[in-house]
Amino acid sequence: MSKVIVVTSGKGGVGKTTSTASIGAALAQSGQRVCVVDFDVGLRNLDLVLGAERRVVYDFINVAQGDAKLTQALIRDKRVDTLHLLAASQTRDKDALSSEGVERVIGELRMSFDWVICDSPAGIERGALLAMRFADQAIVVTNPEISSVRDSDRIIGLLDSRTRRAESGERIDKQLLLTRFDPARSNRGEMLSIADVLDILSIPLLGVIPESEEVLRASNLGAPVTINGSAGPAGRAYREAARRLAGETVPVAIPDEKKTFLNRLFGRRAA
Amino acid sequence: MSLFRLFKSRGAAPVARERLQILLAHERVALGPRDLVAILRDELLATIKRHVEIDPEKVKVTMERAGAYSTLEIDVEIPCDKIDAGASRSVASTQASAA
Repeated sequence: MSKVIVVTSGKGGVGKTTSTASIGAALAQSGQRVCVVDFDVGLRNLDLVLGAERRVVYDFINVAQGDAKLTQALIRDKRVDTLHLLAASQTRDKDALSSEGVERVIGELRMSFDWVICDSPAGIERGALLAMRFADQAIVVTNPEISSVRDSDRIIGLLDSRTRRAESGERIDKQLLLTRFDPARSNRGEMLSIADVLDILSIPLLGVIPESEEVLRASNLGAPVTINGSAGPAGRAYREAARRLAGETVPVAIPDEKKTFLNRLFGRRAA
Repeated sequence: MSLFRLFKSRGAAPVARERLQILLAHERVALGPRDLVAILRDELLATIKRHVEIDPEKVKVTMERAGAYSTLEIDVEIPCDKIDAGASRSVASTQASAA
């Protein structure tokens, strides 16, 4: 059965696009048919993060308005052949997407894919509401930082009231993906802890992605951490989050603090 | 700041946590009435699930939001073997309304 997931956050720059690409690629690598859909009309970036920016001919709006067929617009990944991208339009504005058009395209995608992962734009306006509207499940991407947590709380409220599921009295599953987490700073009490964020937002935890150099390197190369062979902690954390999303029971690994030379030498004062 | 306090400082995360908790408690109330019905629905279903296994197909939830009040109606079919009284077929109905 096909699942439609929205990756959302309210706040910009917290890692929605990176997370969409990384989790989508990880699911596709396990043989699942995956389509990642960019809802950020006018500011598309999912194509860039996936290294497909020169292959976009038709986009989501062309399909939603009936100017192109879905099969013409879908871009198959060159590395993982079960991974597909439906790019956003870079030249149109957000009003070009209608609710009916989005519903029809999502319906068509459901027929050909096991997973449809919608990368929401930032904000709580039309684009973000359309991205969540037809979802079965949500991934709320949050940084351990006050403005991000506040915006996530707002988004959770919208998921519970403005999605098709919520309006018809059904439940929409929401899971937290905590990104850019720095265990050392959290241990020193400089950054909200995982428990703090979970306690405040009170939704289940999908995964914790540690702050890591490999994420920037991956977007530089246009190859998500889950498919570029990265053995780093972010790649591992995204792979595990994808397995949890698919229903496997995988314990959440709390990222370790990096042991630097000085750190080892002196040890840490107090926990 | 004295040298002593510099060493003693334990970071700003507890302050962030407290500020967020206070702020969100207010914002949830301010934005709340619309979502209250959804919260009631989730909690009522969770309570029923604690006592009986419910077939998701046998649950009918309707929420209406009109004018000054909203209504939430939950119909749950509970299989007769789960009911001690032994009624042949039982429908538990819960109605809640929120101003």
